[in-house]
Amino acid sequence: MNNLIALLSGLIFGLGLILAGMANPAKVLAFLDVDGAWDPSLALVMAGAAGVASLAFAVARRRHLSYLGAKMQIPNSRAIDRRLVLGSLAFGIGWGMAGICPGPALVLLGSGSAKGIVFVAAMLLGMGIFAMLEKNR
Amino acid sequence: MFINWSQFTPWSALIGGGIIGLAATLLILLNGRIAGISGIVGGLFTAGRGDVGWRIAFVSGLVAAPLVWQFFQELPLIRIDASYAILTVAGLIVGIGTRYGSGCTSGHGVCGISRGSPRSVAATLIFVGVGMLTVYIIRHVLQS
Repeated sequence: MNNLIALLSGLIFGLGLILAGMANPAKVLAFLDVDGAWDPSLALVMAGAAGVASLAFAVARRRHLSYLGAKMQIPNSRAIDRRLVLGSLAFGIGWGMAGICPGPALVLLGSGSAKGIVFVAAMLLGMGIFAMLEKNR
Repeated sequence: MFINWSQFTPWSALIGGGIIGLAATLLILLNGRIAGISGIVGGLFTAGRGDVGWRIAFVSGLVAAPLVWQFFQELPLIRIDASYAILTVAGLIVGIGTRYGSGCTSGHGVCGISRGSPRSVAATLIFVGVGMLTVYIIRHVLQS
């Protein structure tokens, strides 16, 4: 049942990204390009998503178990540490270079875009390198 | 700065965003999990047995989305201007950076901000700010 929910959630997530225009890297870059012809759409995507999700998290925070009886796994760390800052800094650079973040990358993969496939392969390699470095820490 | 009104799509952005929020709602209220893409995908490299299936299911749904979309109508325009070399470097940096920083646009930007996490607010301000700075340098400094 959990896997079915995850599949549905991923599918709905992807359809939302496509409708919002966020599967198009050129549109994402038009948001990041504040000195050009600025397209503020991405800000509204985040506002719409956060608007709906904040209701869900208001409920989730008061529960120990999900409605299907799974443990609520919500991060409780509050520290703004070096890893968070440096990691987000690096992500921002990569995001600005291509206009692609992990969610849209996977949608691009599904669309059969050759460039999307290359990006996802490189991203997976990066995540694999991270996992290896962490294991040897 | 001037707003490009001809490209601005407020309604599809808001509604698409709401649908993304709905996906995050399903995952947290039914599965107790945060819909953070980099965490779900990156976790595939470190997850123990019994923690892999749902990740693969979620990723499959995401990858299948354009196929399901095409079943009903044509996909909207997708344009990737970056070269293969740039995409490779950018992909690597996004992969390492999102894992090191514990999240991306979905985990920090949507879910984190929704639950009022100061870490996520900080992370989102950093990657959006740095993303804007990077685009500024590439488009208006290097190419002018």
